[in-house]
Amino acid sequence: MNSTQALSKNTILDAVRGNQPVAQPMPTIPHFHTNKPADLVATFCESIARMAGVVVTKDVPDLDSFLRVKFPDARVVCSAIPEYAGTIKPASLNHWSEASAIDVCILRSPMGVAETGSILLSDVELQVNTIAFLAHDLVVLLDPKQIVSNIHDAYEHPYFKLRPYSVLMTGPSGSGDIGAIVVHPAQAAKTLTVLLSPAPNTGKRTG
Amino acid sequence: MSSPVDQAKNAEKFLADTVHEQRLDKLLWAMRMRRDAAARQVPEWEELRTLASGIKEHTLSKLSDYLTQFEARATANGVIVHWARDAHEHNQIVYDLLAQQGANTLVKSKSMLTEECELRPFLERRGVRVTETDLGERIQQLDDQPPGHIIGPSIHKTNKDVAVLFSQKYGSDPNNEDTAYLAGVMRENTRPDFLHAPAGMTGANFVVAETGAIVVATNEGNADLSAHTPPLHICSVGIEKIIPTTESLAVFIRLLARSATGDTITQYTSTFRGPRKGAAMHVILVDNGRSARLSMKRFWHSLKCIRCAACMNTCPVYRRSGGLSYGSTYMGPIGIIMMPTFEIRKYRELPFASTLNGSCTNVCPVKIDIHEQIYGWREVMEENHQIQVVKKEAMRVADKVLSHPALYQIATATLSSALEVLPHFAVYNRLNAWGEHRDVPEAARETFHEWYRTHRPKKNEAVKRG
Amino acid sequence: MPVALMVPCYIDMFNPHVGIATLELLERLGVDVVYPKEQTCCGQPMANSGCYEEARATEEHCARVFGSFDCVVTPSGSCTHHIRNKFTAGRDSPVKQSLVRNTYDLVEFLHDVLKIREFPWARFEHKVALHTSCSAIRGLNMASMSERVHDPVFSKPRALLSGVSGIEFVEFERVDECCGFGGTFAVTEEAVSAKMGYDKLALMQKAAPHCIVSSDMSCLMHLQACAHRQKQDIPFFHLAEVLNGVSL
Repeated sequence: MNSTQALSKNTILDAVRGNQPVAQPMPTIPHFHTNKPADLVATFCESIARMAGVVVTKDVPDLDSFLRVKFPDARVVCSAIPEYAGTIKPASLNHWSEASAIDVCILRSPMGVAETGSILLSDVELQVNTIAFLAHDLVVLLDPKQIVSNIHDAYEHPYFKLRPYSVLMTGPSGSGDIGAIVVHPAQAAKTLTVLLSPAPNTGKRTG
Repeated sequence: MSSPVDQAKNAEKFLADTVHEQRLDKLLWAMRMRRDAAARQVPEWEELRTLASGIKEHTLSKLSDYLTQFEARATANGVIVHWARDAHEHNQIVYDLLAQQGANTLVKSKSMLTEECELRPFLERRGVRVTETDLGERIQQLDDQPPGHIIGPSIHKTNKDVAVLFSQKYGSDPNNEDTAYLAGVMRENTRPDFLHAPAGMTGANFVVAETGAIVVATNEGNADLSAHTPPLHICSVGIEKIIPTTESLAVFIRLLARSATGDTITQYTSTFRGPRKGAAMHVILVDNGRSARLSMKRFWHSLKCIRCAACMNTCPVYRRSGGLSYGSTYMGPIGIIMMPTFEIRKYRELPFASTLNGSCTNVCPVKIDIHEQIYGWREVMEENHQIQVVKKEAMRVADKVLSHPALYQIATATLSSALEVLPHFAVYNRLNAWGEHRDVPEAARETFHEWYRTHRPKKNEAVKRG
Repeated sequence: MPVALMVPCYIDMFNPHVGIATLELLERLGVDVVYPKEQTCCGQPMANSGCYEEARATEEHCARVFGSFDCVVTPSGSCTHHIRNKFTAGRDSPVKQSLVRNTYDLVEFLHDVLKIREFPWARFEHKVALHTSCSAIRGLNMASMSERVHDPVFSKPRALLSGVSGIEFVEFERVDECCGFGGTFAVTEEAVSAKMGYDKLALMQKAAPHCIVSSDMSCLMHLQACAHRQKQDIPFFHLAEVLNGVSL
């Protein structure tokens, strides 16, 4: 830290220290499980639908034919999951900007949130962060057993304390800035489809 | 030193445009209704508000410790932390970082703090081209207007306004007012900037001391793009945005989107804890008057604000005035209690742009006593000699008459005297302003006082003096 | 126990019939009403304008006039709210503390102190659009607030008016949005104030009421002035008049 910065830091901290009000206690934060919904999967589906996300609850045994039907014009399919090849893998991207050529991106999320319909992603699942933002459509696999009840539960996930980047993603990109009508897409993915699919038995989740 | 903003005059101009005024009022009332519907879905809503308020008050009371903790944790994560005492220092730090990078273009997501610091003109004067990537901010940037609302900066514009603007700036179809089409025009024209930007900037909704992380909530995903695409990510944030822990973050995330738009959460609620491989992440902690505001006994609670704009959506005055009428970075109820701390003379009229109805206080997710602070600022204006002399004089006369029963009764005895002397409120500003859009009330033939004298003569009127 | 009647300055000057109705109503209910003739004003107009120093003498006078009474009643939510919650311009004194403690809006007095629910002498077979002032709702908790979605819905003015035979309430949107009066706001932000008044009237009129009733005359004066300007012919009544048996 250079001397100007040291001066700025000390000036600010001294002013704050001098002015901050009398110490007030930190409240205890409950997790509000008394209002836990009975059916987490159903609540998750309702929540994500409100945000224009799509959920496929039936088992999809053949991901390849599912994608060909749903995205018939897709040529570049980036798969970030080991069990499906796609046409490219994130590791094959030489530069993050190449992700803009991706039509459909396949990912697996380690956690869903029933309260909001969110799915968690981090640099672990993305490998190249831009694939979830520059791709045109997203397909995210989610184990229904990994759907937690509410946001309090969600923020217990170790990613938030350990990963350089993590996101709770809820539906496709949108904006209500014109006339307060939410339209899709805004800057990022146009659609988000969640496939409820049990996680492969690959051992404990990475932290 | 700027001359005072005449919010009332600006509001009157906005009102004269019935198309825009009626639309804004309708849209924002609908947002308020969506907020109510969302709150209804959460049985523990009031408890969450109390928790959020308590967490913020605790944090602000130990702000220096939490700032120090944040710096240590963020630095350990590979983030470079800067400190800016004021807007100018902030802007200089940003420019220096860009210059070091050799960057003369910048993509950025929405940050009211950067508006407050007037970053864009500072950078543009130094040859940096800035692209706002939030749709509303971009619209306002292209139109050379400041944001009119802190969540929807261009919410006051009709689809037609945007279609015309985009046709002028982007060459799109001026007659296509379809919202999806317009969003598509924005996307097409902004994507190239993302792909080539050497630097990206975001604000932050929350800063988590325990993990050294910043949290950004957007609908569009433009903050994530601004952070992930360039090799340099700069995040500017006010020092009051700190919260202690990830656990406390959950409380605010549950309140923020519901209060702002009625959704349970924004599409992208992202936590940035460190740079990605091969890139750099910088966080600038900005004071710009916040530490001073912390010392104001009556007003420091305004620092709890999480920038949800629920107060603006419910404010009947804001909805009839338009956000630009306040002439300030922050508008509506929260703007009224924050702006005088920046420039008291310029914003001396703002505390009077309120009926003190109190709806704002009820919707604030962090329980800021907004309408009570608005009232408090009126007193401060008097203490700082910011009340117009004419008004003070009229009130002085009123006080003299109203504290002397004999004077009061003489004055009220006749129609014309009553209207002239007493709190008819019109005296100090514009004579008969009441009557511009309303009929003037007629004084009664006899006052209650006179009626009582005639009709209850035998009644014991003795006043026991205390 | 004598009850002191406080008649707000704007009722004294412009709407004495509301003061008369309040007095008569209390007398009907067997209350020993005293009208301290040296009363003038509670100081709210000056204090709300930020002219705090200029409210001091008036507030102190008000405290002297009323401070020796155990109970002060006024047909004004805004004056009650000012006295109970914002009466700080004058110096502290025992009479001031007494006034702050013992002042009631008429609705509070009837609903909470006398606990009256029936007004057998009154008959009002009309559709009423009931307006409750922001002071009454958010300052005095006289009715539930629409923002607080989990609170039980209640309204003390409505509960009282329901005791008048024949009365019917119409429902309208944005029921507790401010009418736009706001004290000196009505003049300093005249255009916005009037627009808020017009909008409030329009929403009420959509429900086709026969008249508009409120327990705050300041709101009614403002709405009435807006209505007259728009050549709307709807009658306005203070709650005291309806409870006292006024006819349309």
